[in-house]
Amino acid sequence: MKTTLTSTAGAALFSAMMSTTAMAEDLKIGMVVTLSGPPAALGQQIVDGFQLALDHKDGQLGGQAVELIIEDDELKPDVALLKATSLVEREEVDFVVGTVFSNMLQAVFKPIVQSETFLISPNAGPSTFAGRNCNPFFFATSYQNNQNAEVSGMIATEEGFENVFVMAPNYQAGRDNVEGFRQTFKGSVTDEVFTPLGHQDFSAELARVSTSGSDAIFTFMPGGMGVRLVNQFEGAGLSDSMKFMSVFTTDETTLPGQKDAAVGFLAAGSWAPDLPNDDNLAFVAAFEEKYGYIPGSYAMQAYDTANLIDSAVAEVGGDLSDKDAVRAALRKADFTSLRGDFSFNNNHYPVQDFHALQVVKREDGKFHTSFVRTVAEDYADSFHADCKM
Amino acid sequence: MSLTLFLILCLNGLQYGLLLFLIAAGLTLVFGVMGFINLAHGVQYMVGAYLIFAFTGLTGHFGLALVLSLVTALLIGLLLEYVVFRHLYDRTHLDQVLATFGIIIFLNELAKVLFGPTTLSIATPEFLSGSIQLTEQLRYPVYRLVTIGVGLVVAAGLFLTISYTRTGMLIRAGSTTPEMVAALGVNIKQLFRIVFGVGAMLAGFAGVIAAPIFAIEPGMGDNILIVAFVVIIIGGVGSIGGAFVAAILVGLIDTLGRSLATELLSFVFNPSMANQIGPALASMLIYILMAAILVIRPKGLLPAKGVH
Amino acid sequence: MDRSLVIGALIFACLLAMPVLLPLVGAEYLTGLLIKAMLLAIAAISLDLIIGHGGMVSLGHAAFIGVGAYAAAIGLESGIENILVLLLLTLVVTGGIALITGALALRTTGVYFLMITLAFGQMIYFTLTSLAAYGGDDGLTLWSLATFFGSDIVQNRGGLYFVILAVLFLSWFGVYRISQSRFGRVLRAARDNPQRAEVMGYPIARYQLIAYVIAALIAGISGLLLVQHAEFVSPSIAAWQRSGDLIVAVVLGGLGTRNGALLGAFFIVIVEELLSSVIHEWRLIYGPLLVLLVLYAKGGLNDLLTPAAQKGR
Repeated sequence: MKTTLTSTAGAALFSAMMSTTAMAEDLKIGMVVTLSGPPAALGQQIVDGFQLALDHKDGQLGGQAVELIIEDDELKPDVALLKATSLVEREEVDFVVGTVFSNMLQAVFKPIVQSETFLISPNAGPSTFAGRNCNPFFFATSYQNNQNAEVSGMIATEEGFENVFVMAPNYQAGRDNVEGFRQTFKGSVTDEVFTPLGHQDFSAELARVSTSGSDAIFTFMPGGMGVRLVNQFEGAGLSDSMKFMSVFTTDETTLPGQKDAAVGFLAAGSWAPDLPNDDNLAFVAAFEEKYGYIPGSYAMQAYDTANLIDSAVAEVGGDLSDKDAVRAALRKADFTSLRGDFSFNNNHYPVQDFHALQVVKREDGKFHTSFVRTVAEDYADSFHADCKM
Repeated sequence: MSLTLFLILCLNGLQYGLLLFLIAAGLTLVFGVMGFINLAHGVQYMVGAYLIFAFTGLTGHFGLALVLSLVTALLIGLLLEYVVFRHLYDRTHLDQVLATFGIIIFLNELAKVLFGPTTLSIATPEFLSGSIQLTEQLRYPVYRLVTIGVGLVVAAGLFLTISYTRTGMLIRAGSTTPEMVAALGVNIKQLFRIVFGVGAMLAGFAGVIAAPIFAIEPGMGDNILIVAFVVIIIGGVGSIGGAFVAAILVGLIDTLGRSLATELLSFVFNPSMANQIGPALASMLIYILMAAILVIRPKGLLPAKGVH
Repeated sequence: MDRSLVIGALIFACLLAMPVLLPLVGAEYLTGLLIKAMLLAIAAISLDLIIGHGGMVSLGHAAFIGVGAYAAAIGLESGIENILVLLLLTLVVTGGIALITGALALRTTGVYFLMITLAFGQMIYFTLTSLAAYGGDDGLTLWSLATFFGSDIVQNRGGLYFVILAVLFLSWFGVYRISQSRFGRVLRAARDNPQRAEVMGYPIARYQLIAYVIAALIAGISGLLLVQHAEFVSPSIAAWQRSGDLIVAVVLGGLGTRNGALLGAFFIVIVEELLSSVIHEWRLIYGPLLVLLVLYAKGGLNDLLTPAAQKGR
């Protein structure tokens, strides 16, 4: 998929030649997100959140007109790689914003950073690039994958859960989440199950859950997987006998499909749509008005990403040729995050607060996660010490 | 492992197997009777799921939506037959593969354009949304039990039709000696069309009953198509009985395997190793089964006589 | 004069000239696209040997690309840098697996062959996804690449384009020569009438197995080259859909013809690129286009370019 917003690329194979000559002083931003398959809603939120930030700034970031090129990685590493290579080699973008999933990030990482293009992740935050392999051209505005799970472990301990069943998809972020949860959870993990990415039928796993004698389940099932899991969990009648806590499983992208089945479920995160600060409430209202649905953390992070780029481009006066200056400007994180306090650590991953969240039904019948209490303040990831930046 | 867990796994496996049977039945008949490889059969499953989604939204009534979906699935099947497939009957298998592959690409994209790339879901119909208490902690959804029942009824109906009705007899004859049937003055094209339409409708029906359990998304038919092919190969091309046995077998093995492979492997390997190999091995089981059967019996388990 | 030879020569001449021509029009990025098409073409040509000439329709051919790619990637990860050593490793692993799976698969014929190759392909695919040390499902970024005795001629910034072009040429030339040899004639005889070929005293199973292994070896080499180009490897390259794409390329181009697989592969890559640059929902056009090509271009693209008098070449 390809959408060129300010100048529509021509039809023929050689058309891109023309667009390289058009408006050379533009700020060119490439975006690689997942827009097809079960987790398409996640990518769509990122696109919408970023677009909303652009609208609020009249299509400019740091005073430069933005040409945004959106690519769909189709949740296939090889496709992601192809799209990313095309963005840096063919379109010669100034920034790449991506990706939704950690495995996609690993696929696109090398060609982007080796071409000395800044790569800013609006969601994926694998441990791979947080420690020893941190990179001067990579920033994450989201979180480090383990963090939400680590906070979940703290919440589970605080809630007094003793036996927890852990389940995650079998890929990098899934393993990161399980590891993170185990790190901070004081009780015992009854069982650990890894399912294929995009898993359909959780009945077998749920049968194991039911006989495991657990008082809670912790899981990480983003996108469509989360919808299926929660509905099947409810269908199996497990909601009555155990607590459900998760990260990125009952969020604003999946709740429209889960509805009442998820109400009361616990989650951990750095943000919720009702997080009480004025900027955030204004953002959520504007977002809902424009797109007709409640934004999730993906949209929020994309909005923050746009503002981060805005602050950095403004700081260097639009001169992107001096990479060191751009990097220094990015590191300052001189923008107002919808999350409140936000700064970058030495590894270019955020330092921020994390909260306990719970799914609620709003008066108008829509569902969202709701801020309950702050669990960890100025929380940094556990890998940054290994990063020599 | 507890007995309850095993029972639930068996029920799930049975349910999955019956779902596979509904898809494989049409596939094996179309293949057996017409010698036609229809890759687009899996798309009919997706079509069924999207239809029930659309019609439930329009009518707000599951039963009505079910009837409308089945009729529409039948019509879509007949339309595809009329526009594309009938031109392909006397072409090579590879041409059929290529053309029906083109239809998959088209319909998957069409679903994406019409309904968006996102995963959709519909609620279980109200009167089937309860669950039955199996043990103290665990209930089993009524909807799944009903699915099993309906699947069995359809399977029985199909079996009786094939075994005892005139159409069934012609289908059986058509799958072994099509020239003979045609020579006897039977309108073989008409027969093909019926088999085709019913096959499409059954796959659509599978999509309908799967919709409340699984997610509705573009491309949802692709992987189940491959499994359905595994089923008809194991069962023997053109054999309804074989497809039934194989579907249940595959359903059970796949479901039990996914749940137990990791556990069994952890007796041999350390847990993290078992976690790595387990899921991969579980996904492989049905293919290992098929390959083993083909190595031992190169024409499948219960081949209908005279096919290829 | 043989039209298909002229067309083939023209294609290779164009490919040879492209690295010079593209920079002149500021479109160097298209070399990536051409490399993609060439790699697909190499695998498609190898598949045509068994489908077109041998009548053995494999739906597991992409698995050999995966095996080759992973053999190379794992070799690289363990510190082997010399491309010739990696090539040897790739050939040994791919050949070994092809020999075993081929011997079992060839017990069956027709659609059962298709399904058993699918089964082996899926087994290989799922095995690759379970290689957690090498990225599992996520794939593996290769931070160090193979060299030719220290030279970067076999890397993107060196002359990888020409290396791939050379391999493509050798595959194209080699498979055609094989098909015209006695070996190729026996293969076709076994395809058209196995009983007769057997009665004539040819050990057709051995011929078919050799063809199957040769095809797998070529696919394995394309996997090695794919690793060098993409600097990344993931199990998705071995998925059954990829095998399906290869079949599409072969059938679309024209079975068992000199240029068929080559044309099919380039057609797929270029049409996809063109359509997707015009319309986001390009598959709505691509799908029906495939159907129309089947219905109206019976011998594949190759036939469209070949005059009636020379058909069947």
